Amino acid sequence: MAAAIAQQASKVRWGELEEEEDNEDYAYLLPPRQVIGPDHNGLKKVIEHKFNDVGNKVKITTTSRVRKLANARVSKRAVERRSWPKFGDAVHEDVGARLTMVSTEEILLERPRAPGSKGEEAKASGDALSQIGKAGAVLMVCRTCGKKGDHWSARCPYKDLAQPSETFSEQAPTSDAAAAPGATKGAYVPPSLRPGAERSTGSDMRRRTEENSVRVTNLSEDTREPDLLELFRTFGPVTRTYVAIDQKTGMSRGFGFVNFVSREDAERAINKLNGYGYDNLILNVEWAAPRAT
Amino acid sequence: MRPILMKGHERPLTFLKYNRDGDLLFSCAKDHTPTVWFADNGERLGTYRGHNGAVWCCDVSRDSKRLITASADQTAKLWDVQKGAELFTFKFDSPAKSVDLGVGDKLVVITTDPFMGLPSAIHVKRISGDPSEQSDESVLTIKGPQGRINRAVWGPLNRTIISAGEDAVVRIWDSETGKLLLESDKETGHKKTITSLAKSSDGSHFLTGSLDKSAKLWDIRSLELIKTYKTERPVNAVTLSPVLDHVVLGGGQDASSVTTTDHRAGKFEAKFYHKILEEEIGGVKGHFGPINALAFNPDGKSFSSGGEDGYVRLHHFDQDYFNIRI
Repeated sequence: MAAAIAQQASKVRWGELEEEEDNEDYAYLLPPRQVIGPDHNGLKKVIEHKFNDVGNKVKITTTSRVRKLANARVSKRAVERRSWPKFGDAVHEDVGARLTMVSTEEILLERPRAPGSKGEEAKASGDALSQIGKAGAVLMVCRTCGKKGDHWSARCPYKDLAQPSETFSEQAPTSDAAAAPGATKGAYVPPSLRPGAERSTGSDMRRRTEENSVRVTNLSEDTREPDLLELFRTFGPVTRTYVAIDQKTGMSRGFGFVNFVSREDAERAINKLNGYGYDNLILNVEWAAPRAT
Repeated sequence: MRPILMKGHERPLTFLKYNRDGDLLFSCAKDHTPTVWFADNGERLGTYRGHNGAVWCCDVSRDSKRLITASADQTAKLWDVQKGAELFTFKFDSPAKSVDLGVGDKLVVITTDPFMGLPSAIHVKRISGDPSEQSDESVLTIKGPQGRINRAVWGPLNRTIISAGEDAVVRIWDSETGKLLLESDKETGHKKTITSLAKSSDGSHFLTGSLDKSAKLWDIRSLELIKTYKTERPVNAVTLSPVLDHVVLGGGQDASSVTTTDHRAGKFEAKFYHKILEEEIGGVKGHFGPINALAFNPDGKSFSSGGEDGYVRLHHFDQDYFNIRI
């Protein structure tokens, strides 16, 4: 696009002729137009020199990416058909008819397993337990979003989004933050302070893997934690179930949370149980925290 | 990907067909007007007016000049693709359910439903190059299978006709004599009505979808069962990717129970399966009702689905789709 505009500008338009007349005399003073590339990345650089309104020499560098469109093989007949006049009801089609619309919704080919890019992420949180033995193997694992090697939990950009529903002592994050800079410098970090190891210190810590938390709404009033556990246990090890209870009435508020040890299990549970009829109601099962993507 | 939604039909879609070049998409619905669209941007090119009943099926000649449609108004009509003009009407005594042009576009197989005491039948007609010389006469009529024949297509070199329908049996007939050559096994075959049948692009095998919630891949010559794809919904439509080893199944719960349940429970996605591994690759959501029709663009880069909701959704694949690894 940018290149096209630049090219157009270099062409002299008759409307601009008069204005440019005084510049024209000096045009030979300018270095010639230079085109570099496109290189293997498709980046093309165009360097032009010009006098601006004030008479100063200006160097204009336009960088554009040249993308080769796959040459669609279109048959001659198909090209011909393209210009066929409309017929039947299509003749009287007014512009406002809007028979053809592009979906406003982005539809993805939903994989039964997480696709490649997210698979890694899933592995990071899913393998948490298996990594306990070699906790030092991957040091930088964010506890909040489960990303490996990207940032420390304290610096997690999604930290605010994934607030734990219960109160935790602020002890862990602060000590973590203190340990973080030390670790990057290569100083010794006690194993107990390593973020990777922290997962294994206690079950309450593991709870904080918000990523594996699943929110269940549209529960019937009779549903209690054990029922949820019963329902979700089939998908994999569950660390916590919680049903919101109204403080005053003591009745269920109709939603709850289930935390899974592994992300895959949670994903399967969502896929299977979302829309599942439970106690005459249709369950709504989704990720509890807003997801990273 | 952002699918293109085409709302040209007022009633549920019944069938979708791309022409050979993949630039035109023909759609049939239970309203009376088959429609042709540009397959790249979804613009409507025209409609074929003249039928007086639901249109069940269509086929387009290899040169994209002739269209033939089968309708519940007990006719099959031959159309000029470009002008939308009706060229000829084949009259039957019962609703026509499916059409398929043979190699060379000289022969067409049309199936008719059981109706008013008449049994279902498979008719073979000759298509003449000049529409003014077109005759209504059947070259061959095959009767025998009980119940509706939902689909009949030509076998290799037009030597056989493959039919499938409500009796859940796939049959291969001799197209010369009308003799039954092969029949699918009751044990391994489908258990319920076969709703759809699609040939692979090379014509060596074909896929059938059935209300027994499975789709089966068969050898077109020996009728040997090659693969079975199990799903959790009745299958209304099937198609095969011409470039990748993918099969697509569409369906969903019965149209009559759609309003009583959550749309997520209806499983109205088009499901992609790996043809060889029989493993699910993914699903494409979008329809608000069961999918009745599926078609793959011959270039394999896009596919369209037609639903009970009256929409045709045209999906151009993202690059990611072609990089999927199992």
